[in-house]
Amino acid sequence: MIANFEMPSLGADMEAGTLIEWLVKPGDRVKSGDIVAVVETQKGAIDVEIYQAGVIAELKVAPMTEVPVGTVLATLEVEGAVAPPPEPAAAPKPEPAVAPKPEPAVAIAPPSSRAKISPRARKLAADLGVAIETLTPTGADGSITVDDVQRAAPRPDAATSMREAIAAAMSRANREIPHYHLAHTVDIESALTWLEADNAQRKIADRVLPVALFLRAVARALREHPTFGGWYDGGRFTPGPGIHIGLAVARRDGGLVNPALHDADAGSLSELMSRIADVTQRARSGALRASELSDVTITITSLGDRGVDVVHPIIHPPQVAIVGVGTISRRAWVVEDRVEPRRVVTLTLGADHRVTDGHQGARFLQSIAHHLAHPESS
Amino acid sequence: MTNVDVRSAILQAIAEVAPEANLSALVGTVDLRDELDIDSMDFLRVLVGIDERLGVAVAERDYADVTTLDALVAYVASRKGAA
Repeated sequence: MIANFEMPSLGADMEAGTLIEWLVKPGDRVKSGDIVAVVETQKGAIDVEIYQAGVIAELKVAPMTEVPVGTVLATLEVEGAVAPPPEPAAAPKPEPAVAPKPEPAVAIAPPSSRAKISPRARKLAADLGVAIETLTPTGADGSITVDDVQRAAPRPDAATSMREAIAAAMSRANREIPHYHLAHTVDIESALTWLEADNAQRKIADRVLPVALFLRAVARALREHPTFGGWYDGGRFTPGPGIHIGLAVARRDGGLVNPALHDADAGSLSELMSRIADVTQRARSGALRASELSDVTITITSLGDRGVDVVHPIIHPPQVAIVGVGTISRRAWVVEDRVEPRRVVTLTLGADHRVTDGHQGARFLQSIAHHLAHPESS
Repeated sequence: MTNVDVRSAILQAIAEVAPEANLSALVGTVDLRDELDIDSMDFLRVLVGIDERLGVAVAERDYADVTTLDALVAYVASRKGAA
């Protein structure tokens, strides 16, 4: 049986992607989870996995070609039982794919040189601002091909592309999502004291940072309040297939990526910290995998390292909630009728009023605070 | 090992985490996280790099004492017996 391998959707703001490189060739045997291609999106170059086992039959899209989401990139001769589709497939497709541009029937610009070039390649060169006389023809008859033009096209500045992607997603969020925001300041002195004692037993490379406590607390709270983890699309809420928490990571070259930590409620706190460190480093070096960008069910954004007291976050559509984490600060705090110096943090919840109400949001925040105060059971 | 050697090794650890940083422009007396625009995760990676290069693990309780490059050099140098 032949199966299609398609350009995946890696977020609400993705309409198309550019196939940069094939990591397989026809005849190669692949298994579910293998990385088979590198695709460039507005979020950078992403390693794309395949989720079926078999033998690559045909590569249908050449490198350096931009195609809409859903385009068949390759076909696969499937062996035996078909593997279940990846969880991201359950996510609603947030945006329609871009229709391929029709090829012009006739040349629409007069020849500007003596070079042999097809009407389609000439139109593309004009659209992309590529000077035909600078191109090296590789066509069988010495003509300039579409691929020649695409290879020579100036690549958009990565930071600009990412800013455009963020602008599109955040504009959609403000346009479509009726946000409500709640804040809760939590005494985390006991949790941090426990963490410091725990870290004292570890090697420096294995130390756990407070971000892991926050992430784990949100994950545990989501088990009790699943309506904050999922997607709103087409007028209805779809619960996420798991607790896949996105961590907003600022990149050094500007912009923001939001990779998923799958099943963030599972495993030990040390394992979670290790995964956070790994995904953060890869997010900053541009080595994320497609599956890490396509199925986030809720996002955490922390600006505590920059001294921000309270974050008022904007939801990443089609998600329905986002948790903001402010800076950990030492404050005078009343504890059993005494005033003590305690380390506290302000958590905020931005939630979609189409899916939940403030009462539910308050209970969700309380649950996060409860789990944050008891990290030893994480 | 001299203070210069310690500083050089620390700068190597920083360069690994923040390769875009202009190390020669570091003031040394202001908060290193602000100078490099790094977060707590990257700061921990710098400390891990220092431990790997120099065998000095900065204790978590001492983080407040090593907020600047100069303080970090002094902290590590004192434990290496550097002059």
